[in-house]
Amino acid sequence: MKWILQFFTSSIGQKIIMSLTGLFLILFLTVHLIGNISLLFQDGGASFNAYTEFMGHNPVIQTVSKGNFLFIFLHAIQGILLYFKNKSAKGSKYAVSPKNNVSWASKNMALLGTLILAFILMHLGHFWLRFKFFSDMPSIAYDGVEILNAYESVSIIFSNPIWVICYLIGLVALSFHLWHGFASAFQTLGINHKKYTPILKGLGYGYATLIPLGFAIIPLYMYFTN
Amino acid sequence: MKLTLKIWREGGVYANGKLETYQVEASEHMSFLEMLDVLNQQLIEEKKDPVAFDHDCREGICGSCSMVIDGRPHGPQTGTTTCQLHMRHYKNGDTIVVEPYRAKAFPVIKDLVVDRSAFDRVIQSGGYISVNTGQAPDGNAIPIEGDTAAKSFDAATCIGCGACVAACPNGSAMLFTSAKVSHLGLLPQGKVEHERRSQKMVAQMDKEGFGMCSNVGACEAECPKEISLENIARMNRSYIGSVFSSE
Amino acid sequence: MKLDNKVPPGELAEKWVKYKSTMNLVAPNNKRRIEIIVVGTGLAGASAAATLGELGYKVKCFTFHDSPRRAHSIAAQGGINAAKNYQNDGDSVYRLFYDTIKGGDYRSREANVHRLAEASTDIIDQCVAQGVPFAREYGGLLANRSFGGVQVSRTFYARGQTGQQLLIGAYQSLARQIAKGTVTMYNRHEMLDLVKVDGKARGIIARNLLTGELERHAAHCVVLATGGYGNVYYLSTNAMGSNVSAAWRAVRRGALMANPCMCQIHPTCIPVSGDYQSKLTLMSESLRNDGRVWVPKSVEDAKAIQEGRKTGLDIAEDDRDYYLERRYPAFGNLVPRDVASRAAKVACDEGKGVSPTGLAVFLDFTSAIQRYGQQEANSQGISANAAKITELGTAVIEKKYGNLFQMYEKITGENPYVMPMKIYPAIHYVMGGLWVDYNLETNVPGLFALGEANFSDHGANRLGASALMQGLADGYFVIPYTIGQFLSGEIRTPEISNETAEFMEAEEATRNRLQSLLDIKGNQSVESFHKRLGKIIWEYCGMSRNAEGLKKARGLVRDLKKEFYSDLFIPGTMNEFNPELEKAARVADFMELGELMTLDALERNESCGGHFREEFTTPEGEAKRDDDRYAFVSAWEWDDDNPVLHKEELIFENVELKTRSYK
Repeated sequence: MKWILQFFTSSIGQKIIMSLTGLFLILFLTVHLIGNISLLFQDGGASFNAYTEFMGHNPVIQTVSKGNFLFIFLHAIQGILLYFKNKSAKGSKYAVSPKNNVSWASKNMALLGTLILAFILMHLGHFWLRFKFFSDMPSIAYDGVEILNAYESVSIIFSNPIWVICYLIGLVALSFHLWHGFASAFQTLGINHKKYTPILKGLGYGYATLIPLGFAIIPLYMYFTN
Repeated sequence: MKLTLKIWREGGVYANGKLETYQVEASEHMSFLEMLDVLNQQLIEEKKDPVAFDHDCREGICGSCSMVIDGRPHGPQTGTTTCQLHMRHYKNGDTIVVEPYRAKAFPVIKDLVVDRSAFDRVIQSGGYISVNTGQAPDGNAIPIEGDTAAKSFDAATCIGCGACVAACPNGSAMLFTSAKVSHLGLLPQGKVEHERRSQKMVAQMDKEGFGMCSNVGACEAECPKEISLENIARMNRSYIGSVFSSE
Repeated sequence: MKLDNKVPPGELAEKWVKYKSTMNLVAPNNKRRIEIIVVGTGLAGASAAATLGELGYKVKCFTFHDSPRRAHSIAAQGGINAAKNYQNDGDSVYRLFYDTIKGGDYRSREANVHRLAEASTDIIDQCVAQGVPFAREYGGLLANRSFGGVQVSRTFYARGQTGQQLLIGAYQSLARQIAKGTVTMYNRHEMLDLVKVDGKARGIIARNLLTGELERHAAHCVVLATGGYGNVYYLSTNAMGSNVSAAWRAVRRGALMANPCMCQIHPTCIPVSGDYQSKLTLMSESLRNDGRVWVPKSVEDAKAIQEGRKTGLDIAEDDRDYYLERRYPAFGNLVPRDVASRAAKVACDEGKGVSPTGLAVFLDFTSAIQRYGQQEANSQGISANAAKITELGTAVIEKKYGNLFQMYEKITGENPYVMPMKIYPAIHYVMGGLWVDYNLETNVPGLFALGEANFSDHGANRLGASALMQGLADGYFVIPYTIGQFLSGEIRTPEISNETAEFMEAEEATRNRLQSLLDIKGNQSVESFHKRLGKIIWEYCGMSRNAEGLKKARGLVRDLKKEFYSDLFIPGTMNEFNPELEKAARVADFMELGELMTLDALERNESCGGHFREEFTTPEGEAKRDDDRYAFVSAWEWDDDNPVLHKEELIFENVELKTRSYK
């Protein structure tokens, strides 16, 4: 089993961890956005609450969500490790920063990642933590069955302009992070082809724009319709 | 034209290094290195220590020149080594900052001269085809498809200058290493050792203290031979393949 | 001194085969303890060190570069010849041999040249196996082109970077041996003296260029593969670091320098643009396949171009003199290098040069662009207008020579697709070098010389794409065998100690020599002396020479040498990284070599190949050889005042000596 350890401690192995966890999180974002779109339904939060109820009690989803936390954790830890290793491999900096056409995002993944991590912690504090561990959540009854009123707590948060701005900042960071991360994950896995890579890159840029935009609509919409 | 040069001096009286300012009078027909020759003649006439820099063929192929000009290895022209950079791209009154390559695996020896022997050791770890003199079959015994040969050639044009490492914010040598892995691995005669080669060369590269690739692409942008990132993907592929398929 | 060339007896075609299979061998158990020093890591040095390592010898390899991959072999563009006859166009080992002998103007040794032609085919196989990406046809087989005015297509190439690819192949083989531990590599080490013990070469004194420390390295024999001395001219296509010092130090220890005056001038280089210029850049000879060389017919037009009042485009077709086509109708623009170079000099001497310095001729692709454009239009079945034809033709030229045109534009800032290129001859290669016998051993037992460093198989003029061939033949296929002839007599010799009086003396002498250079503390830089030396040699011992000029040049060089030793200034000290000191030691050796070149050129009262004496010409002004009196190799024994000439007669048993004619 020594080879596994060797692989995941080699430079390429460590990058593979970043790539695979990153791809999983990209997938997660898609699912997460699809679910959250129900916040925009004009039904007083009924669909959203049904959705959170389902997510909160489905054993498969619960398992995946544990994995999700693990992957976020791995992605973050590995990212931090890479940052320090790479910083030391670079040694000192140049007196002049170069004017070449390398994307800003690609050189600032660690900074963006840190912002996103902070955003995730805030986000968890707002919702997940409270759903799980605090009993101060409002509840609502549908057809006699009482469930948590997640919609209510979301709309409380998004009525505060400061939180809305924080969410928007987090999403901008996410967008930049994905701008580089999406195609980069495939490159690390060795997927690079004259024909398909430009398509993949295009997809990545589309994804990096649309997904954060989709997320951003929710707080904005809720803030302005409240 | 009159130029102001800010050049990194290190070693000797300059100890751990600092940027020194010089004035030099250059002509637009000079190459960048000839402009530095003029400066050095000036310094020697003043009985001062001339600026040390590596250089040799001065036609863009030996890979000796190793300086960073205004933050860019080999200067502002793409696909051009420092020795092929000409002063007509500058104008009277310009200030140019010249620094050595910066990466932990390339320690500075003096002024603009760095130690790139790590590259030699990466090649020694497996960047070859194991064939002794006299063991070769006829050159035409194995036909090689034209496009494959051309791709292999594109990777083989690497001059080992180290600009990729110098440009990389992580000080990574992936472009260099992968160019060699691709050059040999694409050819049928090199395929035999392809996976073993990837493993050994990556291991040596890691040992030398190069950083990790985060797909920034600065290496590709600054490579004077315009070697493609595709090579890095190819090496990743063969590395992953070799780890999981070998016994 | 009687020079024994040790050419084995027998039929020309069988000499090498028979010799190889009957020569003395060194058993594997002895190889393990026999040490060999290889100096230089170009094609010859790297291939030799790698192959000797593979055979099991203990090899120590030295280069002054930071890596063995940087040797100047890397800059060779055109290709490498081999008598493979893949094109079925009548090539053979004999034909390659004959072309090389004839191209060399009958001043090389038959047996050596034949061996070179024999080895050429193995080189291609070896390089392909190492992964050298030679150009290939669509079917996947190796491509060839014709090169340097020969009638068959035998040149293998890797775009315009053949030297680079071959050197990387040799470098990788060397790297493999370094990893195995059979070769110990010493980067950034420069050989500064040869050490002889009991008359045999037993080691070198090398300076660690990073620390300045002098090191004594001992071995059973020493192999020099240190390249040519073209930089004696200051401006040449050689790399900045190329130098004669290793070879010259051997000469000072008794080795003979052969044919030092035979230098090759390449006709298609980018002209000198100013006094600051540090080196010249070659444009591949292949350009002459499509380019037409011309100057204006009238001196007035030339003057207007020199002063920038006109460009090449302003000169009407009738006012142009395509002088190569005019003078040599049979070969036209494809005449050999020496002929093309001299013709350019003649045109410029008449005042018809086309650059501000008056030292350039045009190489014009307009007709080729039009011709290819028309062909392309025909094959695409379109009736194109003039602009379209030019566009199509330009695309064809770009495909063939794109990288060269791009390089030209980078250096000169002019677009060669529109403006005719400007070219001028420059020193490119030297045929002269250390005298060696058939075993590549110099007259000093145990001292071998390979590649451009020996006086070589190219006689008085080298054909295109033959330098790479010779370097690799020597390194891969000759020295691994012939070194055994010497080493088989050394199997009882114990490890050579580097503590003996001879080593100590050599180290001390080297230290004193460097210190005395540092102690001059005058006012002029090394560079300024080198420039002046180069100008003297170029003017009097360059493209054409005469007795009066050569005598004068010798005096000038000796005066310059005196001035050098009294007014040189080198900053820094000996015990540190000091590039100026390195250069000074090299220029000091160039001074002595330069003097010897003038002597050799003066002594050779004939014109042959690269050596053109104005007094010895045919009535039409072409070179006139004197086979009765000068069919020999001049091998010089150095002396500070009176170098001594030794002669090795050249005996031609297989080829008939003819006058080269390209008319």
